[in-house]
Amino acid sequence: MFGVRSATVRFGHTLALDDVTVEVPGGSVVAVVGGDGAGKSTLLRALAGEVPLDGGTIEAPPKQRLGYLPASAGSWAALTVKQNIDFVAGIYGLAGEELTARRAELLDRASLTPAAGRLAARLSGGMRRKLGFIMAIVHRPALLILDEPSTGVDPVSRIDLWRLVSEAAASGAAVLMSTTYLDEAERAAQLVVLDSGRILVQGSYDQVRAGFAGVITRTGDPVRAEWAWRRGRVRHEYWPGAGPPPGTTVVAPDLEDIVIALSLVRRNEGSS
Amino acid sequence: MIVKEFRELVRDRRTLGMLVVMPLLLLVIFGYAANFYVSSLKTAVVGPQASQVAKMLPSLFDVTVTEPSGTQADAETLLQDNKVDVAFVTGQTPALALVNGSNLFAAQSAVAALNKAGNKVKTQVLYNPGLKTSWVMIPAIIGLILTFIGTIVTSLGMVREREAGTLEQLAVMPIKPSQVILGKIAPYFLVASVDMIIVTVLAIVLFGVPFNGNPLAFALGAGIFLFVVLGLGVFISTISQTAGQAIQTAFFFLLPQILLSGMIFPLEAMAAGIRWIGYLLPLTYFIMISRGIMLRGEPIAALWLPFLVLTVMAVVIFTGATLRFRRDLAPGRPASPARKQPAAAETVGTA
Repeated sequence: MFGVRSATVRFGHTLALDDVTVEVPGGSVVAVVGGDGAGKSTLLRALAGEVPLDGGTIEAPPKQRLGYLPASAGSWAALTVKQNIDFVAGIYGLAGEELTARRAELLDRASLTPAAGRLAARLSGGMRRKLGFIMAIVHRPALLILDEPSTGVDPVSRIDLWRLVSEAAASGAAVLMSTTYLDEAERAAQLVVLDSGRILVQGSYDQVRAGFAGVITRTGDPVRAEWAWRRGRVRHEYWPGAGPPPGTTVVAPDLEDIVIALSLVRRNEGSS
Repeated sequence: MIVKEFRELVRDRRTLGMLVVMPLLLLVIFGYAANFYVSSLKTAVVGPQASQVAKMLPSLFDVTVTEPSGTQADAETLLQDNKVDVAFVTGQTPALALVNGSNLFAAQSAVAALNKAGNKVKTQVLYNPGLKTSWVMIPAIIGLILTFIGTIVTSLGMVREREAGTLEQLAVMPIKPSQVILGKIAPYFLVASVDMIIVTVLAIVLFGVPFNGNPLAFALGAGIFLFVVLGLGVFISTISQTAGQAIQTAFFFLLPQILLSGMIFPLEAMAAGIRWIGYLLPLTYFIMISRGIMLRGEPIAALWLPFLVLTVMAVVIFTGATLRFRRDLAPGRPASPARKQPAAAETVGTA
C-alpha cells in the first residue's frame, strides 16, 4: 500500500496540502479531483518525491518502481516516439529484445504504432499524452502517478487513455491520477476530493454519494444564487440543511454536483 | 493597452532591469572603456646604455624594467611573457626597439611614436609584424564562440528541459543528478571543442594567424575556460524559467565579456574604475592564454596566472551551478525520514 499520511506542504505562506492522508492500494485507481489550486498536483508531486513535505509521511516505492506522468508534455519534442520510449526504458535498464517487445506492445495498445518514427513535437495533444503514459509505464511500475493525463485531450483519445490506465491497474499497479473530468473520476475505485489543500470527501463513488448530505434541486431561477450553479441549460441548487421549498424538482446528484456542493459549503463557511 | 503593457513591464523585473541597467552600462562602458588609444606603454630598456636611454624616453614609454646587463634575448623574453609592450635594446646604433604586436593598440601607439624618432631607432614588431587586427581578434573570437555555446546554447538546452516538464520527469527517474548534468553538458562540451578546432584551423588557413605555442597548452586553457562558461550556462538555466529569460540573462553575462575583456578595447586603455570589471571576467583570462600561446608562443609556465584564475573560476562557478541544478532535480529530499518504502514489496503484473 502506497500513499501519504497527514501530509502537509507549504509554499511560503500558502498551505498547499493540509493534513492529507491518501492510500493507494495496488491494482486500483485512485482519482484526485478538485478545482484549480486545490492541491492535486502538489499531492501527486509529493508522492513522486518532487515536493518535500513539511509534515507527515510518504510511503512510495524506490524510483526504479515509480512511474510518473507530469502535467506538462512529458516527452522530448526533438526525439521520435520510439526514441523517447527507448531513452526512458534505458534509464530503467530495459534493453534488447525485452525492450523491443515491450515497446511494440505498448505502442500497439496506445494505437501509436504508425507514429513510432514521428517526432514528439509533431504529435497531436492526445497522442503526446499517450506517449507520456507509455513512458511512465514502460518499466512496469508498482506505483503510477498521472497528473491530469487527459486534460486537453479529445474525447476519443481520452477513452484510449482511460483504457490504458485501467489496464495498468488491472495488472497490479497502484494508480494515483488527478483529473478535472469528473465523469472520468467516477470510474475510479477511490475518489479524493480536494479543496484548498484539504480533503473534502474521500471513498468510492458509491460511498461518496451515500455520504452526501442535503438535497440538490433543478431550477431555472435559483432561490439563493450563492448556492446555485449552471449544469447545461438549467441550474442546480444545493440545500444543505432543511429541505427545498415545495414544488422544486429534486435531482440525484452526480460527482460534479457533489464536488461543487461541498466546495460551496466550504467557501460559504469561510466567508461567513 | 498602454496601461496593460506598463503593468506587465513592471512585473517583468528582468526586462525592466535590462531597460534601466543596460543604457547605464553602455554609457559607462563606452564613456570610460571604449578607447583605442593607449597612453602609457610598459617599457623595458636593456643593454649598456639602458639607464641613459630610459631617462631620455618620452612619457608615453613607462619604463618598468631597466637592465644594463640585459641582452636582446632577455628583451624578447619580456615581450613574449607580455610583461612589457616595448623593449629597447641599447648598445647598438641605431638602438633597437622591439614592439609587442600581440597588443595591437599599444603596438600601434608605440610604432607611431617610434616613427617620429627617425633613424635613431630601428623598430621591429614581433608576433604580429603587419599589425593585423585579425591576428589579435581571432584568438579572442575563439573564446567568444566558446562563451556563446557555453552560456546561451547550454542554458537554452537546460531551460527547454524545464519548460517541457521533462526535467520533472528526469527528477523522479532512477538516474543520478550528476548523470543528468553530465549527459546535458557533455554534448555541448564536445560541440564547443569541435567548433574551437574548426575556427582555429580556419584562422590559420584563411587569415594566416600563427600558432607559435603548444597546442596542448592551448587545449588545456580552452578546456578549463569551457568549464567556466558551461558552469555559467548551467547557472543561468537555474535562474530562468523560460528560454526568453535564459537568453536575456545570458546577454547580461555576454555583453560585458565582449566589451571589457580586452577583446575589442585594450584593458590598459580603460579607466581604472572600469578596468577592474574586466579582470573579473573569464574571457579576459582566456584571451591572455590564447593570444599568448598562438601569437607569442608563450610557454604554459609564463601563463600560470590566467590558468590559475580560470581554474579557480571553473571550480567555483561549475560547482556552484551544478549544485543549484542538482537542487532543482532532487527537491524532494529522498533521504528524508518522511519518505519510506512499504515493508512488503508490491507485486506488479504486466502493465
